[in-house]
Amino acid sequence: MQFEVIVELKREVLDTEGRAIQSSLSRLGHSDLKGVSVSKRFVLELDAKETDALKKAEMLASEYLANPVSETFTVRKL
Amino acid sequence: MMSQRNSTDRPNIGLVVFPGSNCDADCMDAFKRHYDIDLQIIPHQNTALPSNLDGLIIPGGFSYGDYLRGGALASHVPLMNSVSDFAKSGRSILGICNGFQILTELRLLPGVLLKNESGRFVCEQSELVLADGKSQYHQQLAGVERLCVPVAHGEGRYFIDPEGLKRLEDQGQVLFRYKTGTNPNGAVSDIAGIIDESGKILGMMPHPERATDQVMGGSEDGLKILSAFLTTVKS
Repeated sequence: MQFEVIVELKREVLDTEGRAIQSSLSRLGHSDLKGVSVSKRFVLELDAKETDALKKAEMLASEYLANPVSETFTVRKL
Repeated sequence: MMSQRNSTDRPNIGLVVFPGSNCDADCMDAFKRHYDIDLQIIPHQNTALPSNLDGLIIPGGFSYGDYLRGGALASHVPLMNSVSDFAKSGRSILGICNGFQILTELRLLPGVLLKNESGRFVCEQSELVLADGKSQYHQQLAGVERLCVPVAHGEGRYFIDPEGLKRLEDQGQVLFRYKTGTNPNGAVSDIAGIIDESGKILGMMPHPERATDQVMGGSEDGLKILSAFLTTVKS
């Protein structure tokens, strides 16, 4: 059973990678590109009953994959 | 708190070493040559700290390749439960660079270290000024106008939300700031180093162990910081 975890920087936190990508693409002529944000995608494969597995994926995301000081996360079953 | 001190007057100080730590030898050299202290290496595979330790250092480097986030994976190895207990017992911990990142990931210090604002790794001499506070570190360093200590990091941008920042400032937990206009990483409020509420746990991005001889970039200012750490260990 697979779960997708997306970890993103909070809006108030400067996304340096996103800014660098946006800036580079703008210089290549894509001036209509107004912003880029970069997030991390994890795919967790879990061997458990569905409800337990979702809880487990959420626990792994909140305890390990995301830092609540600067990041938010979403979890969904694939 | 001094328990089971060794036979000499020197404190027992541990040095946690992870795969990817790379400033452990610098720390050992600085403490041996300047204080005649042999730091006790504590491999990451150990599940507990030795019971005789008076203080602990978490050195710089790139533990576990900085995978996930700087310090994130190191903060979850079994040994770190013992480090948290050690902190709760009121003994001193110094986290340098990656060690600072690990202490924030462990929640022993508030906030987080993010990628530098410039997007680049910075490796340069930094000028630090002492922030306001009443901790033992502040007292030990009182009167020091500036400290020249090098930084070398890609993820050194200290971040904390406005409420957390106010708490840090109000409680005198900011120890070092980069001199105004020289912030190398975009850290909020120019923060380079903070202490916990007890004043016993210090995390800082600059490397005091790399400023312990004139031949190392012309500064020995790191010794003032290491000496202040030793004072907190002995008290």
